[in-house]
Amino acid sequence: MSLRGETAVVGVGLTEFGGLPGHTHMEIMAKAIDKAITDAGIHKDEIDGIFSANFVEMLTPLTVAEYLGINPTYMDGTNTGGSVFVNSMQSAAAALSLGLCNVALICYGSNSATGPFTHPPAMHTVEDVYRPRNPITPYALAANRHMHEFGTTREQLAEVAVSARAWAQLNPAATMRDPLSVEDVVNARMIVDPLGKFDCCLISDGGAAMIMVRKDRAQDFPKKPVYMLGVGSRTDHNLISCMPDLTTTAAKEAAAAAFSMAGVTPADIDVVELYDAFTINTILFLEDMGFCEKGEGGAFVSNGNIAPGGSLPVNTNGGGLSCVHPGMYGMFLMIEAVQQLRGECGERQVDNAKMAACNGSGGFLASQVSAIFGTQETL
Amino acid sequence: MLELPAHTEHLKDDILAEQQNNNNLENPGPLQTFEENLAKGEFRIQQCKDCGQHVFYPRLLCHHCGSNALKWVAVSGKGVVYSSAVVRQRPEKGGDYNISLIDLEEGPRLMSRVVDVDPEEVAIGMQVSAHVGMINDKPAVLFYNKEQGDKEW
Ligand SMILES: [Zn+2]
Repeated sequence: MSLRGETAVVGVGLTEFGGLPGHTHMEIMAKAIDKAITDAGIHKDEIDGIFSANFVEMLTPLTVAEYLGINPTYMDGTNTGGSVFVNSMQSAAAALSLGLCNVALICYGSNSATGPFTHPPAMHTVEDVYRPRNPITPYALAANRHMHEFGTTREQLAEVAVSARAWAQLNPAATMRDPLSVEDVVNARMIVDPLGKFDCCLISDGGAAMIMVRKDRAQDFPKKPVYMLGVGSRTDHNLISCMPDLTTTAAKEAAAAAFSMAGVTPADIDVVELYDAFTINTILFLEDMGFCEKGEGGAFVSNGNIAPGGSLPVNTNGGGLSCVHPGMYGMFLMIEAVQQLRGECGERQVDNAKMAACNGSGGFLASQVSAIFGTQETL
Repeated sequence: MLELPAHTEHLKDDILAEQQNNNNLENPGPLQTFEENLAKGEFRIQQCKDCGQHVFYPRLLCHHCGSNALKWVAVSGKGVVYSSAVVRQRPEKGGDYNISLIDLEEGPRLMSRVVDVDPEEVAIGMQVSAHVGMINDKPAVLFYNKEQGDKEW
């Protein structure tokens, strides 16, 4: 059986972004869960599936179950890094479709801006000894290789940050809303060449939660259901030195699987949400998912093409670069897709958006999980 | 000598007996063997006896063909910079440094630093050669753009 259209998102919740001082990650998560169950019009006791992971504890689904005072029939604490919630969404769709749970909660909370500093995890002694500045260096290595092979420029990387900022200026919830130019990005302090300060995502506090059910119940909730049409998950390394080709990510195969399940092509997509931890990500994923040819991503993102008013709306909340990035952003890009398809996005709303494509990235460009969402009429 | 956490100390005899039963396993494991070789100034990687391909980082199983028959071999030490980055760091903390991915002549790619040219001068495609040196007080494979002596690996 295909999972196409079998499940739908019926509730989403986002906290405020930026700094939420004095809160634990679980408290921030609870704020988001409260908003998601209110959005779905359900009671917390209806939740019987929990999907959650983060960087600061091992047994997150147990913590969430205890905190909410529920006894779920299905739990998933898989951790694939920042892609995990798109991966969780695949697991939730499968578990719901098999009747292993009936109301799935996918949730995340982080106090990475104001909470205790946590060092990036050790990777492997064969890399750690050189003190690569993770997570930035792996992306700098990918960017440099892309520049070498395809002539991509720092100005083109900067266009990604500038477009994200232009979307953020239309999103009252976004953290960074001051004007930003290509010159600002290119002339900013270098962090790990060829990536400067504005090529790197924010560090935020923030929480997000999502409620999913089977299609047979999708109409029973106050908000317009948004259906999961396709999903694909792949990974081709963990250490950056083990990535087969630094200019092509596993999103190529993940997106092909997601588009195949959905029975659509990139030309059918109205709005795109990608994990932009660094500017190079957006270029890589647009290429790998088939929105442009390999090597043409730099030109594709130029001249405002992915900014408001461009031909392809990408990262319409402002992305990890300008809206919010609490460490594992995959949850936020799916929620922006859902809100665009509901038509709830105010000034940044993409007209007549019916189908959205997402790509979550985990580890250092390692785990790639693509998903296609659609409105009722796309079923 | 087998060092065990205090709460498992009472299992020590059983664990030692088990270790005797498992003496067909390479001991120590491949990663420790690699690091012990480095400490002796030797850069060795693994080669698969079944498919002939080289394996790095050190493993118990060949990630090309799945074979468990891996042997340690010397390498030419010759490599090419696949990609490079400059980690910016304040001078009082040690200054900027290079992080590169190097493709060895034998096939595997590894992370390292090219240490004899300015960090920003390290270029993709640059020919480099491996030497075992010290970094952050640990033995590690480092790369030089210019030939450094005639040491055979
Ligand atoms: Zn083999």
